[in-house]
Amino acid sequence: MTAARAVRATALATLAAILAVAGSGCGGGDDELTIYSGRIQGLIAPAIKLYEKDSGEAVKVRYGDSPSLAATLVEEGKNSRADLFYAQDAGSLDAIEKAGNLEPLPQDVLNLVPARFRSRDGRWVGVTGRSRIIAYGEKVGRDELPDSPLELAEAKWRGRVGWAPTNASLQGYVTALRLVQGEDVARRWLTGMVANKTQVFDGNVPIRDAIARGEIDLGLMNHYYVAEAVAKDPDYPVMVHFPTKDLGSLVNVAGVGVLASSSRKREAIEFVRTMLKRPAQQYFANSSKEYPLVAGIESAKELTPLEEIPSPKIDLASLGDLKGTLELMRETGAL
Amino acid sequence: MVVVAAESATAAEAVLTSRSLGLVLRSAGLAAAVTAGAIALAVPLAWLTVRSDLPGRRTWATLATLPLVMPSYIVAYVFVTVLRPRGLLAEALAPFGVQELPPIYGFLGAWLVLTLCTYPLVLIPLRAALRRLDPALEEAARVMGRKPLEVFRTVVLPQLAPAIGGGGVLVALYVLSDFGAVAILRFDSFTREIYIAFQSAQRTEAAALGMVLVVVMLALFALYARVRGARALHRSSPGSQRPAAPARLGGWRWPALGFCSGVVAITLVLPIAVLVYWASKDVASGLDAAAIAANAGNSLLAAAAAAGAAAAAAVVVAVLAVRFPGYATRAIERVGYAGYALPGIVVALALVFFGTRVALPLYQTLAMLVFALTIHYLPLAVGPVGTALLQVPPRLEEAARGLGRSPLQVFRTITRPLVTSGVLAGAALVFLHALKELPATLLLAPIGFETLATDIFRQTTTGFFEAGAIPALILLLIAAPPLYLLNEKSVSAP
Repeated sequence: MTAARAVRATALATLAAILAVAGSGCGGGDDELTIYSGRIQGLIAPAIKLYEKDSGEAVKVRYGDSPSLAATLVEEGKNSRADLFYAQDAGSLDAIEKAGNLEPLPQDVLNLVPARFRSRDGRWVGVTGRSRIIAYGEKVGRDELPDSPLELAEAKWRGRVGWAPTNASLQGYVTALRLVQGEDVARRWLTGMVANKTQVFDGNVPIRDAIARGEIDLGLMNHYYVAEAVAKDPDYPVMVHFPTKDLGSLVNVAGVGVLASSSRKREAIEFVRTMLKRPAQQYFANSSKEYPLVAGIESAKELTPLEEIPSPKIDLASLGDLKGTLELMRETGAL
Repeated sequence: MVVVAAESATAAEAVLTSRSLGLVLRSAGLAAAVTAGAIALAVPLAWLTVRSDLPGRRTWATLATLPLVMPSYIVAYVFVTVLRPRGLLAEALAPFGVQELPPIYGFLGAWLVLTLCTYPLVLIPLRAALRRLDPALEEAARVMGRKPLEVFRTVVLPQLAPAIGGGGVLVALYVLSDFGAVAILRFDSFTREIYIAFQSAQRTEAAALGMVLVVVMLALFALYARVRGARALHRSSPGSQRPAAPARLGGWRWPALGFCSGVVAITLVLPIAVLVYWASKDVASGLDAAAIAANAGNSLLAAAAAAGAAAAAAVVVAVLAVRFPGYATRAIERVGYAGYALPGIVVALALVFFGTRVALPLYQTLAMLVFALTIHYLPLAVGPVGTALLQVPPRLEEAARGLGRSPLQVFRTITRPLVTSGVLAGAALVFLHALKELPATLLLAPIGFETLATDIFRQTTTGFFEAGAIPALILLLIAAPPLYLLNEKSVSAP
């Protein structure tokens, strides 16, 4: 076969395959509940099964990272095919709520979750919570541990701490710091952290692993990163410390909202309800070691109970307003 | 994209800070260094695998182009694992008293990894161009008494400049729009600014920052057009072209083999070894062979369709740009490059915008995904097709027209056979990129259309890059045979 004929044959075969796949995809239409999920498949699929079992309906899920999916929903506007958005962080939910993409949730659904873990406007609810902790390695003694993350800017910890400034969780933390303790405290802390040669990482897992390898001693991250590693390997050499002063161990949420453009709002709200029932809440507590947010459901044994975690009472929705935080982080050289 | 950016007059100030200017310079410096490194690797590899009697040169060519199929963040993570202060290399050297290596992070690491990821972008078009060179020119120069190295410098190299320049532009654009690798290697780049703006839901600012990349891209392209535009590369005298006889390496064969195996060892064997090591931990827990096969099939389908569509579109664009040079055709060619200069997520969101407003019935179908991949990677095919066209004497086409053939007949019987090598090289480049594409696939593919790239994303998204090893290995495995074919055909075709 000559090159030209080989190419032509391949092209025809490919075209035929595309038409076949496109044809089979058409009849589907909008008859299934569709979720855009910023949470990973491995974690969320079993929870979705709970809804499918309850309702007898199949669910379609588009996976991605939360900020990308939030931006996609804003671009799609009223032509979106999504019925629900399940986000990894309050910031992404807040962004599409502000863009007018979310439908108000019924009060009885909202009431299942404490007010500080849901939208002030009632358009999304938190499903599970995570706490911002200090992870530490074997070289650090318990009595040395700082009472406040603000102490990490002190000379004692020079070059020994890792953080991930591009990570939404850290940015949310800085936003909270600005809100609770003011712009000056936040600026001083950021400047101090940069001057203190705090090591920059791309995400939380690399920080945790660098602590395990002894490259650094401390890191700021969410509690479940350590819990996951310890669940896999009980001897994993990284421990969790819940600081008590200043912002303490700030709690943030992963949550869900119903799209205003959805044609299946009733089912979508039913899905939200399922996520807040005991089986789903218990599932998250066991598997991802996150905190269940609905009253009366216990978190994993090894965790400090949610009520005992020192966390300031702030409006999580305001964490979605990142602009000032990014400016401050750039100004201080943290970004 | 342009629509979104146009809304953003206020975001202009975000772009014009001295900080982002500094980052543009940093990114430009990295792009320049990587481009130089990639060319330095690709030129000897191309010559050895096309014009010498190196043993197994076809296999070397395929092995040397294969690294392009791996997502750059996976390669970056592999190298960090090996070279970080207490990584695998430090462990291996521990018996010799080495406790810690100097940090790989920053400019040097980013340069190393991106050079190793991108040199095939120069190698593939360069091989196609080398094969089309008319040996008569070199022989004439030899007869006139020039030494071999001098001939290479004064006769061969100038003829290869368009291919090298075209590939170099692609390398620079790749570096400018890459985010994953620079993030893992902790190099502050301009793309990181776009990513941060985007992550905090400031899409107008992200779009405005993206426009800076487009401006840089246009400047680069003007430079490239100057390299390409000033030359006539076809033979001017009558007579027909024949393939060059391979140069005898003689005693140089061993250093040449050493060079090729060195490159392949670092860019392919090392990453594969690390991936296999990671995968071996996962295999114990069982493999879902059916799912992997389905994902591989989907990857191949989308990538092959995009490669075919992009190659066909590239012929149209290149014919217009080369044979009918003018403002309009030049503009078409340059605008096409914007699709490649922008980070994938920006292109994907622009297509979400387009899909939900203009092509709603097609939105999130396979056709839409193929369209997106074609738009995104079209410039990869335009370059090699354009250089191939430059080597076709217009006189041949004119003669055929004079003998009464219609323009379409001329294209079919004269032009097309002569540019086949360029078209196949372009198709190979698009194919390798489309196989690993992620952001557009996540947002625009039909729900449930999983590819190997989305599988890698699914496995690695929590930061466990090791878990992406199996789909990454499969990606290499399925890319190799079609790549071998395309490489072969693009060199054996005129």
